[in-house]
Amino acid sequence: MNSPDSFGAIYNFVSGPLVWVAFIVFVGGSIYRFYDLIKLVNRKEKFIYSYMSWKYSLRSIIAWVTPFFPVNMRKHPVLTVVTYVFHLCLLITPVFVLGHGVLIKNAWNVRWWALPESIADFMTLMVIIGCIFFLVRRLVFREVKYVTTMSDYFLLAIVAAPFVTGFLCYHQVGNYDLLLILHILAGEIMLMAIPFTRLSHMLFAALTRAYIGSEFGKVRHARDW
Amino acid sequence: MAEVIEKTEQRIVDEGLDKGADKLTGDQIARVIKAVLENETGARLKVYVDTCVHCGLCSDACHIYLSQNRNPKFSPAGKVKRTMGEILKKKGRVSPEFIRDAAEVAYTECNLCKRCVQYCPFGIDVAYILLIVRRICHKLGVTPLYIQDTAHSHSVTMNQMWIKEDEWIDTLQWQEEDAREEMPNLRIPLEKEGADVMYSVIAPEPKFQPNLIYYTAILMNTAGINWTMPATPGWDNSDMAMFTGDNEIMGRIKRAQFDAAARLKVKKIVMGECGHAFRSVYDVGNRWLGWKMPPIPIVHAIEFYYDLLKAGKIKIREKYKKSVTLHDPCNVVRGAGLHEKARYVINEICENFIEMHPNREHNYCCNAGGGVINCGPPFKNKRVKSNSVKAKQIRDTGAEILITPCHNCHSGMEDIISYYNVNMHTKFIIDILYEVMEKPGD
Ligand code: SF4
Ligand code: SF4
Repeated sequence: MNSPDSFGAIYNFVSGPLVWVAFIVFVGGSIYRFYDLIKLVNRKEKFIYSYMSWKYSLRSIIAWVTPFFPVNMRKHPVLTVVTYVFHLCLLITPVFVLGHGVLIKNAWNVRWWALPESIADFMTLMVIIGCIFFLVRRLVFREVKYVTTMSDYFLLAIVAAPFVTGFLCYHQVGNYDLLLILHILAGEIMLMAIPFTRLSHMLFAALTRAYIGSEFGKVRHARDW
Repeated sequence: MAEVIEKTEQRIVDEGLDKGADKLTGDQIARVIKAVLENETGARLKVYVDTCVHCGLCSDACHIYLSQNRNPKFSPAGKVKRTMGEILKKKGRVSPEFIRDAAEVAYTECNLCKRCVQYCPFGIDVAYILLIVRRICHKLGVTPLYIQDTAHSHSVTMNQMWIKEDEWIDTLQWQEEDAREEMPNLRIPLEKEGADVMYSVIAPEPKFQPNLIYYTAILMNTAGINWTMPATPGWDNSDMAMFTGDNEIMGRIKRAQFDAAARLKVKKIVMGECGHAFRSVYDVGNRWLGWKMPPIPIVHAIEFYYDLLKAGKIKIREKYKKSVTLHDPCNVVRGAGLHEKARYVINEICENFIEMHPNREHNYCCNAGGGVINCGPPFKNKRVKSNSVKAKQIRDTGAEILITPCHNCHSGMEDIISYYNVNMHTKFIIDILYEVMEKPGD
């Protein structure tokens, strides 16, 4: 990044072709993971279908997306609040932050709804605070530390990076050009990591809940929350 | 501190585990693990392992973790880490020593109670994962001695207690004779084709608690039930093979029972107050045999008593006076949702019912179930110490009587009561029901 030219070239690359690559890997990878899973079920555990129930799948999913409904959420109120705020901000901010909307407009000339900047800024901060909270949890609580692996720290870093760099860019702290490129790269890495790491809980959570919800509802006649 | 305690803890000697592991080679272990994982597991295991975010939220669900000073190695996810986690990480290339320890975790540090499923945001079934570990250990011949003996007994005699056919019939006739003193025309009908109900028990009943069969005979005769018991194998509904990981024998035992019911052309099987046996016929064994639900309706004692009381077939002379509390057995409550029916029954027969907390699906496990108590004396100390939360939970009720409608729970709770000096006695529902019901001679 010594000259404006090389910055321009790198910027164009990471914000052009690489974005495509990232989205293709994310979407393609997710489809592949689902396909692979369904293939596995069909090959080895076809009986699962016969236990599935829409009613109890939805019952379980709704129970577990409702804040403070499950007993365990009530046992960990702080974690529950942080988890909800973190996940909501994590999903909403990247889609509706103004900067991303401008890019979309420039590329496809479609109008995109954007969050007011101060709110997006606040939400970004919430994600960062969430990451710090989860990190501290992993380091401090024995029951979490014991089951934590190196990969969990990596994942936390992968998730934190786009938000930290985005936050710094927005506030123009440090080398803007460098941070901007890092921000784009970090976002792309995170997107590509979703199907192939534990971040895949984003894809599978509804399925695991649906399965166990059906088991508990239909066979066990018991609550699973 | 925890480390210090662990080091000074005596290593438990169990011949089944120790000698079993001595015979293993690395290649054999890798081969068996590969075979089990490839042939017997699929999407569930994969998704559970890939989705678990290592958040530790399942910990608070586990009575063992809570009772062992919150030592994380006893948390549900901690136990997966110490067993299946390592196995997958090392791609099955683990040592005989590792298998021995993994077997101790899977057989004696988890009751497969599934309480943790209710606490995991993703509903990850740790019990299922540890059951796969048991399956691997079984195939490697590393199983605790005592529970393995019961699995052998199942295999040879189709019952858990090495009871011979003539002993079984003798016991029933002896109970019939005794009960006739109280109710002269009472029968325990053996092999009665076309009866409505086949009554089945677990083998420890004829062996150690024949009075339970006596009470049930009085109940059946009073309520005028058209019932029978099989004289052939298939009368025992218990199933330790399900817990050792010996699915093949589990299948044989369940088939024997379903066959007996089909041969006798009964409308349903009613079973005594046992939890694991219910799990085996209702949830696990039937599925192994390819039945989505049991091929013939299975009615647990709680539900049977409920139906009798609701229909007025049994009347209560005078309600039981002492204060009682109820331990909800995992296998029929988290496993079949019988908690409200149990409460109905107890309120019908007892004057003073006190809830323990948590209760219903959220009750703590007794730490005897899942075959843990059947691993016998070597592990008794650890088992009882690993459930101090249970002692506190029942003591806090202040009740005089603890009702445990499950055999494993019953024995486990007796151990807890005596170790922690809780001032309480355990009873089955039928103990009380027999005492308070109206009988024809009254
Ligand atoms: S004992 Fe129960 S709560 Fe503990 S790990 Fe096993 S299934 Fe989960
Ligand atoms: S099993 Fe569930 S609750 Fe336990 S650590 Fe994994 S994700 Fe968290």
